[in-house]
Amino acid sequence: MLIGYLPAGFPTVDGAIAAMRAMVAAGVDVVEVGLPYSDPTMDGPVIQDAADTALRGGVTTADVLRTVEAVAETGAPTLVMTYWNPVDRYGPARFAADLAAAGGAGTITPDLPPEEAGPWLAAAAEHGLDPVFLVAPSSSDERLRGVADICRGFVYAASLMGVTGARAEVGNAAAGLVGRVRAVSDLPVAVGLGVSTAAQAARVASFADGVIVGSALVRVLLDARRRGAAESVALADIGTLAAELAAGVRGAVPASAATSPA
Amino acid sequence: MGDWRAFPDPSGHFGRFGGRFVPEALMAALDQLTEAYDQARVDPAFTGELDDLLATYAGRPTPLTDARRLTEHVGGARILLKREDLAHTGSHKINNVLGQCLLTKRMGKTRVIAETGAGQHGVATATACALLGLDCVVYMGEEDTRRQALNVARMRLLGAEVVPVTSGSRTLKDAINEALRDWVATVDDTHYCIGSVMGPHPFPMLVRDFQRIIGVEARAQVLERTGRLPDAVVACVGGGSNAMGIFHPFIPDAEVALIGCEAGGDGVATGRHAAAIAGGSAGVLHGMRTYLLQDDFGQTQVSHSISAGLDYPGIGPEHALLHETGRASYRVVDDAAAMAALALVARTEGILVAIESAHAFAGALDVARELGPEKTVVVNCSGRGDKDVDTAARWFGLLDADADAGDRAHG
Repeated sequence: MLIGYLPAGFPTVDGAIAAMRAMVAAGVDVVEVGLPYSDPTMDGPVIQDAADTALRGGVTTADVLRTVEAVAETGAPTLVMTYWNPVDRYGPARFAADLAAAGGAGTITPDLPPEEAGPWLAAAAEHGLDPVFLVAPSSSDERLRGVADICRGFVYAASLMGVTGARAEVGNAAAGLVGRVRAVSDLPVAVGLGVSTAAQAARVASFADGVIVGSALVRVLLDARRRGAAESVALADIGTLAAELAAGVRGAVPASAATSPA
Repeated sequence: MGDWRAFPDPSGHFGRFGGRFVPEALMAALDQLTEAYDQARVDPAFTGELDDLLATYAGRPTPLTDARRLTEHVGGARILLKREDLAHTGSHKINNVLGQCLLTKRMGKTRVIAETGAGQHGVATATACALLGLDCVVYMGEEDTRRQALNVARMRLLGAEVVPVTSGSRTLKDAINEALRDWVATVDDTHYCIGSVMGPHPFPMLVRDFQRIIGVEARAQVLERTGRLPDAVVACVGGGSNAMGIFHPFIPDAEVALIGCEAGGDGVATGRHAAAIAGGSAGVLHGMRTYLLQDDFGQTQVSHSISAGLDYPGIGPEHALLHETGRASYRVVDDAAAMAALALVARTEGILVAIESAHAFAGALDVARELGPEKTVVVNCSGRGDKDVDTAARWFGLLDADADAGDRAHG
């Protein structure tokens, strides 16, 4: 399963919708629609840059919901990735209702820990949305269980200790973390942070159920914008990278087959 | 409100405020810090070392000064000054960093990161790291590195690396974002020494406890000096650490009014201010639920203040609780009132206070008039103004080279 992230509103609301739909056409299975936020403490420079541009372009929460609707029409499960305050401000119950009405599948909330998630869990459950939370290599087994228990859909495993952005290598910590989650949960486990190439996607897919790619896809749009490329070119570029990543994910040899002693 | 020492509750909440809104990756470090502090606070080896540093290095206790000429000028209540400006590094910030840097060593960590706005917390952190042999990196908004260039040089002299932050609004809130991004990747060997009573639990409690010494001393000093408790205690509030430090020991004394002064910038009505309580609403920022400046979509709004140290769109969660329960009240002091107070205090008392502290003085002058003679008001003089001479000189048009500039000549 390949999960692709792009922020709503970058380079424009309609431009982001087109890019997300191109991503799905090229093989992305699940879409994360980012809700641009003024203080993205978990994001590296690439996503900060795109989110900042989107905010200066005036993107609103309503635009994000419109984006979800347009992407969900493709049939790909569509989640919103958001820091908590924009949802808190919108009102958790109202956000859940509107997201469900737009055809959204759920949310990923990186700065909402289980301890503070009560209101959102109630609202999400009422509207049939999947709340996805993160686990990290530093999570204790006790916390791992606590987070996995409240996740629906899948568990998001952060591959490394750090912010979003491409890395030369995706840490071995990820495989260990996936194993620890599987020991306490039956949910699929998707790994994010640092994956940018087909080879990395293939490696991660060998031990995880899902591979999450964000910054690498955003960078394609940033580069196209910097070059002054036409939208059609940017969409073709996004499609090319998404197809490569999808091939990496689907060509993955299961870790059990690769390592089992025959 | 019952027992004020009961706040925060075990989950880090001050009523509906506070908490921990951070990535899961930081949770283990916050738990580790909470546990280390729980043990350290009752360990005589730790408290003894901290007390010794506060006395022999930081210069505590700081004096309580009778502001006789200022009192006479105002014609109201007797004004007493708690002189945190006389603490080492020139502000109350040293109290907190000595505590946190000792905790850093106790946890076996070797590197400290910090955010700074005016540079006072950055300078204090660089100082404590030099003293205790810790590596130090200070994140500072690029805008602030220009406003406070001398403090950048001070930090570098003390061996710290200063990183100008160019993201977002390039001020204190973005320096905090960048410090959090550093911390999530380096948490194994690095402690994030937050400079105010803000951020995720346990920071608001930890910083308050390290700053309580201000109020503990002030309370005893006022009792000794006047034979009774003061009628009001006044402090400036950005994140709110000097205010929380002096307020906290007075909270059970219901007859003592606690008054915080938020930075009003050009005035709350203009939208260009840093008054989170007067002009903000409840939300989540930097790991805590509190009052903050935000738009209808929950995006943080940029704050404005002539004081870099108060130029922050949020406020510590315990202040949010004190406001909602009415135990403390919060006023707004705009740039012009703060600068007028700065000049008045300089000319009547011979004390050049920090622009941050000048907000407290401006508020206290009003409070002293409202209370009238026979009453007593304590002002937390949280920092000295050496770092602000350039800003003040421009504001009042005191530099000959500025004579023709005229854009900010209010003198």
